[in-house]
Amino acid sequence: MTDISNIEARVKKIIIEQLGVKEEQVTNEASFVEDLGADSLDTVELVMALEEEFELEIPDEDAEKITTVQQAIDYISSHNG
Amino acid sequence: MAKRRVVVTGMGIVSPVGSTVETAWANILAGRSGIGPVTAFDASHFPVRIGGPVKDFQVEQYLNPKEAKKMDFFIHYGIGAAVQAIQDSGLEITEANAERVGTFIGSGIGGLPGIEEGHSAFLKGGPRRLTPFFVPRSIINMISGNLSVLYGIKGPNLAVVTACTTGTHSIGLAGRLIAYGDADVMLAGGAEMATTPTGLCGFAAARALSVRNDEPERASRPWDKDRDGFVLSDGAGVVMLEEYEHAKRRGARIHAELIGFGMSGDAYHMTLPSPNGDGARRAMSNALRDAEIAPEDVDYINAHGTSTPAGDKIESDAAKAVFGDHAHRLAMSSTKSMTGHLLGAAGGVEAIFSVLAIRDQVAPPTINLDEPEPGCDLNYVPHQTQERRVRVALSNSFGFGGTNGTVVFRALD
Repeated sequence: MTDISNIEARVKKIIIEQLGVKEEQVTNEASFVEDLGADSLDTVELVMALEEEFELEIPDEDAEKITTVQQAIDYISSHNG
Repeated sequence: MAKRRVVVTGMGIVSPVGSTVETAWANILAGRSGIGPVTAFDASHFPVRIGGPVKDFQVEQYLNPKEAKKMDFFIHYGIGAAVQAIQDSGLEITEANAERVGTFIGSGIGGLPGIEEGHSAFLKGGPRRLTPFFVPRSIINMISGNLSVLYGIKGPNLAVVTACTTGTHSIGLAGRLIAYGDADVMLAGGAEMATTPTGLCGFAAARALSVRNDEPERASRPWDKDRDGFVLSDGAGVVMLEEYEHAKRRGARIHAELIGFGMSGDAYHMTLPSPNGDGARRAMSNALRDAEIAPEDVDYINAHGTSTPAGDKIESDAAKAVFGDHAHRLAMSSTKSMTGHLLGAAGGVEAIFSVLAIRDQVAPPTINLDEPEPGCDLNYVPHQTQERRVRVALSNSFGFGGTNGTVVFRALD
């Protein structure tokens, strides 16, 4: 369950649910705040949802650096399992 | 300084008897109860298993799902009723008038569902599992807060919390803001959604609720000798109040004039009303004085009338003290017999029913009033709507903490 494409799909699914955006908006380059309309509270909740989905803990100092879809995928790929 | 006149130009309702003004009012006039078994969660082991959930309410009509997710149900209902009131008024909120428009919508309890959910997540997963929306989705002034963001409303942005008097106080105080000149337009009322496990059991523990679980539609029976408490309900009632000249200038349809507001405190007990009805009496008297009318001018009272053993009798006695012989000539009914008790939203919804009584020249019924308690001998409009002249209507609310309020509406000449 740790292959990249699977992680990517799960991350995108959570982003779609959490931010209430359309699938086609969630490109790998998309920024949560700039492109997907998230505010600071939305991004906190998004990180919580990722933590729950992938059963990991993302420290605040790491969470602050996750600002795009690709960064989320990369972070989870390198910290998962 | 002369008081500026205040009129009602918009109305919105979310309730157990329907979630538009016209459907709710049609059900009220037909004497239909909105009370039923609690089905939102398993209440089978609770002492009280009945309530009044909202009917025909779709939050997507008023908020996009992404925003709605961040707000508790009482906020959904409050915004729903406020949006209806704005649409009903025909007023467009623009850059030019935004600073003269305000919002004053409260709640008795606030976001209890989110507080319960958040606390469970916290106990289960620790501090990291608490959503950042835990606070903003729950706190009471967030109906006004969110509404101001959605519509660009830049005037007074308030919420009062006075238990079951919240809606009435909000309307009365918002009217004062317009009369005094702080705003030309105010959205005012209350919203509630406290039929959760702890809400239901909390009011049951305080022995406030009816336990007539087998006959939900007959549980709310104000002034009846077999009444045994109120029924906990959800919903919202919001009016648009507007300065008279402002409304006239834009050719607004004026539903009625808000002519009086009175308040009082019981100084007696946390949850019980003062036994001689002293607080209720002073709220009504203060409202009549503010309205500069005589007791004989009042045609209809929408009573607080919650169906509790203590409350209904003292309200009836208080009406006799205020109105004397005229108490037997006016009509006084409790629409809570059909809606149940919407707590902080009750005053909002009932102010609207009072205005509609003036519009349609009717007194809505008190259903389930099969045999009045001895000493309760006024015209409570039992079972059936009465057609009658209603030029002045008064609406009462009394809350835990001994906090009382009365608003008075009059037909515009």
